[in-house]
Amino acid sequence: MYVSLKWLSKYVDISGIEPQDLAEKITRSGIEVEGIDYLSAGLKKLMVGEIKEKTKHPEADKLNICQVDFGEEELSQIVCGAPNVAVGQKVIVARPGAHLPGGKIKKAKLRGEVSHGMICSLQELGIEGKLVPKAYADGIYILPAETPVGADPVEVLGLDDIVLELGLTPNRSDAMSMLGVAYEVAAILERDITLPKAVAPTIAKKAADVLTLSVEAPQQNPMYAAKVVQNVKVGESPLWLQQALMAVGVRPHNNIVDITNYILMEYGQPLHAFDYDALGTGEIVVRLAHEGEKITTLDQKERSLKATNLVITNGKVPVAVAGVMGGLDSEVTADTTTVVIESAYFDGLSVRYTSKDLGLRSDASARFEKGIDPNRILPAAERAAQMMAELAGGEVLEGTVLFDELDKKPARIAVSPDFINARLGMKISLNEMVTILNRLRFHVETANGLLIIDAPTRRQDIKIEEDIVEEIARIYGYDEIPKTVPMGETTAGGLTPYQAKRRLTRHHLEGSGLYQALTYSLTSQELAQKYALETADTTRLLMPMSEDHSTLRQSLLPHLIDSTVYNVSRQAPSVAMYEIGSVFLGLEEDGLPHQEEHLSLVMTGKWVDHAWQGEQKSVDFYVLKGVIESLLEKLALSEHISYEAAVVDGLHPGRTASILLDGKRVGFFGQLHPKEQKELGLKDTYVAEINFATITAVPLDALIYTPVPRFPSMSRDIALVVDRTIEAGTIETVIKNAGGKLLKSVQVFDLYEGSNMPDDKKSLAFTLKYFDAEKTLTDVEVVEVHEKVLAALTETVNAELR
Amino acid sequence: MAMVEQLNELKEQVLSKIQSADNVKALNDVRVAYLGKKGPITDLLKGMGKLPAEERPKMGALVNEVRAEVQGVLEARMVTLEEQAVEEQLAKETIDITLPGRPVKVGNAHPLTRVIEEVEDLFIGMGYQIEEGPEVEKDYYNFEALNLPKGHPARDMQDTFYISEETLLRTHTSPVQARTMEAKKGEAIKIICPGKVFRRDSDDATHSHQFNQIEGLVVGENIRMSDLKGTLDLFAKKMFGDEREIRLRPSYFPFTEPSVEMDISCFKCGGSGCNVCKKTGWIEILGAGMVHPNVLEMAGYDPKKVSGFAFGMGAERIAMLKFGVEDIRHFYTNDIRFLEQFNRAED
Repeated sequence: MYVSLKWLSKYVDISGIEPQDLAEKITRSGIEVEGIDYLSAGLKKLMVGEIKEKTKHPEADKLNICQVDFGEEELSQIVCGAPNVAVGQKVIVARPGAHLPGGKIKKAKLRGEVSHGMICSLQELGIEGKLVPKAYADGIYILPAETPVGADPVEVLGLDDIVLELGLTPNRSDAMSMLGVAYEVAAILERDITLPKAVAPTIAKKAADVLTLSVEAPQQNPMYAAKVVQNVKVGESPLWLQQALMAVGVRPHNNIVDITNYILMEYGQPLHAFDYDALGTGEIVVRLAHEGEKITTLDQKERSLKATNLVITNGKVPVAVAGVMGGLDSEVTADTTTVVIESAYFDGLSVRYTSKDLGLRSDASARFEKGIDPNRILPAAERAAQMMAELAGGEVLEGTVLFDELDKKPARIAVSPDFINARLGMKISLNEMVTILNRLRFHVETANGLLIIDAPTRRQDIKIEEDIVEEIARIYGYDEIPKTVPMGETTAGGLTPYQAKRRLTRHHLEGSGLYQALTYSLTSQELAQKYALETADTTRLLMPMSEDHSTLRQSLLPHLIDSTVYNVSRQAPSVAMYEIGSVFLGLEEDGLPHQEEHLSLVMTGKWVDHAWQGEQKSVDFYVLKGVIESLLEKLALSEHISYEAAVVDGLHPGRTASILLDGKRVGFFGQLHPKEQKELGLKDTYVAEINFATITAVPLDALIYTPVPRFPSMSRDIALVVDRTIEAGTIETVIKNAGGKLLKSVQVFDLYEGSNMPDDKKSLAFTLKYFDAEKTLTDVEVVEVHEKVLAALTETVNAELR
Repeated sequence: MAMVEQLNELKEQVLSKIQSADNVKALNDVRVAYLGKKGPITDLLKGMGKLPAEERPKMGALVNEVRAEVQGVLEARMVTLEEQAVEEQLAKETIDITLPGRPVKVGNAHPLTRVIEEVEDLFIGMGYQIEEGPEVEKDYYNFEALNLPKGHPARDMQDTFYISEETLLRTHTSPVQARTMEAKKGEAIKIICPGKVFRRDSDDATHSHQFNQIEGLVVGENIRMSDLKGTLDLFAKKMFGDEREIRLRPSYFPFTEPSVEMDISCFKCGGSGCNVCKKTGWIEILGAGMVHPNVLEMAGYDPKKVSGFAFGMGAERIAMLKFGVEDIRHFYTNDIRFLEQFNRAED
């Protein structure tokens, strides 16, 4: 909403206060002023001139040489390129030394002819092109003939104005009108307000004799008022009116349309003017549209209506989409002589849905949607008729054609001052409260210690006690609210076990060399299930903005791999990242997809890179496995976890493992398939996807310390030759089972394949540690259990001791 | 007397050998050669049997005296040589300490996590719990339970990704408030809700279709607007420095009444006006307000008995302000050259 201060000062005295101070006060008490526009900024030394002579430029077809009178002894020669320049016009001239927003004007030669300045269009004065009246959109602006030569165009055009741009929240629809803003400013400044007097002179002829009205949808249209004005002369509005409209962002059209727009801005009441003769029937019928019914709106677009859309008809066909936009056929034109003024109340929801259906928003619909003041419908119609009489020479027919079932009673709110103070944590006296409510022009009485308030109907947002709390506080000043902290019982803050484990995981992975990444939950349908640990029905947006962000992911890996490609293609020598985020699977009973957090990791490139000592090592399967193992150890899950070779789409079939939690698959990790790597331009890249929600749901024992061993342990190394296909994990299990409780640990310390070894064999070496917490083990005891281990190895995996 | 001379000669010889031994090994060789069981001094002692009985004690004492003297000199020499050996070894082992150390691979948290955790920890210290909720949410929790019935004009404030008529990607973390209140069935609440939210926006330098919010909610008896102000003041000082002042401006959210926006005095210019605060001296940080009675009522709380406050902020906005990040897209590109900058402590 734009507020012209010149216009505003018709209702409230704002003298003696700087615009920026006024803006600050308005902002601090509830409506944010987003900008202050000084309309004359950049304009200096302009002058009104009259064109006395015009001759064609000898060297240029499109240029004219004008002799312009400024009331000085001699005429000034000015070259002008505008197509609409003509002798006798009063025009805006920027003479040498003048300033325009585009720069300083100097005497110049145009194709050999001297030009003492420039004849200006409105755009050249800094007025937006879309606001310039269509007649002057492509040329210079022509001032009324009575404008005195030598005058300052800034004053003539009323550009000595300042405009505040208000950022309105949806509740403050009252401030979508100059009067609403005037009430607000009057309350803030504690000044009086002067309302416009709307009384139209009428002729004896009755409106009801020429127009009948029938409302068939009173729920959507509880009030409809129509006035008829005849013998209007459609033409340009006076400059003050055009300027007022342009200042608040409305393009002037003709006096009739301009008047309806002026009232819209002044009262916040959308009006529509029909050409009475174009209606053709002397009849207005408000009804719901027929499904598929057509209307061409003022913007010259044909629109197909739904059965829920409210329309104004002439009894036969729609002539306007109620509250949204008028129809082209009944538009006021230069030939219009009789006008029907519509001032009505259309239900907000109905307008909102219709406006959505048609994809058409207007100044009118924006106001109806949020709720207009039911008590301004009649005054607005009256005022429009009055202005049409004054500015268009119209004759106002007597009476208003009216349908009215609208409740116009103000909302009554009873609230105790104690409630207000308790809610604010303040001590404002009853008298101060009453004063503030009076400043806001709320009707207030006190009874039984309560404030009994009738909120004015222009303030549709004031309904409950809390609204009064806000009104009092914002005018009293939020700076006056003290700073306290909540009283009452002390509560223990903290993280849930899940949240604590997630932090632990993050810290562990970051300490292990991985960066935390953050990617989008939305992806393409194609990638939604790629590298998914499990898949289910996907969740897709109704109206995606792009296919890339259309579907919710079931794996974090595609985006994480994207980020890896991004970094690698920017010369990152290594990439190690993880992400913890939600995946979205299927549909639960409550109608929402199953949502759980996964952990994904990606690692590629150099893992050890110690240049001057010549140590370099690339990431491999076991680097990633080490990270995962240490994490699972940190999460106290080692006892529950096992690994088995696995095949996952998109991963290397010989270098992929499933992670099993108590035998159930909860994740996988491995190398990207070489084909994928090649396609993505990646070197060997290792990835993991783990169901983080599941692995962190395992209940953990309390941490109780185990006494530090008092007795030494004894180590035995063994080297075994086994079939290549036998996994180290299998051998480890055999050793652990045979070693019993004396076996403290088993560790692989060597793997050998190759020469000196048959092709189908490999050598694996283990260190076994034996330990007894009760005593020092004797050789005999160790030998006894170690023999058992060796026997088991021979028996189960056909191991040959080296 | 020949024996005495012999002894003196031997002594001179040994002392000279000791002096000329220039390392521990050479000196040990001297020890073995002269003082060992097969050495000349031992031989001399053995040869005493040939002496007359009355000369033997005198001679024995003399030999022992020489032996002790030689031994003493040798020990002293040994200490010197050992020290010398250590010095040599240290010199040999000296390294260039200016060469770089072995790099330790360390990653770090995403800057948004850093901000979110800082806020979480601040409020955990004040007795708040952390609550989370689903990203795909019901229209009911995202809007209706927050006093935004279908068709409410304020729904336009948040362009929404719908999944169906009744489900959507949450546009704010406020549904967690509604869910928590519903679950707590009338109990007092102090929570912080961080999480991802979504708006139907095209991604550019200042807009992202996905971003993070951090929301706070306190519900209980006698919760006042002054409590909100005091809490936000503590928050602002912790996050942006002790010198920060806050100011509240009236605003509008359908789920709070009264509603406010909170500004902090600019941390760059201190309030005198600069490009960060757009010359105003103030920076808008978050929205807040007293929980709307309709919201309390819908969640089963009696607005006559309890009241509450709520506040919500964008984690990206806080991070952009704190770290001077100019483009919101940096947070989702995961460029390591960006991420690795958030690896250090700050005061």
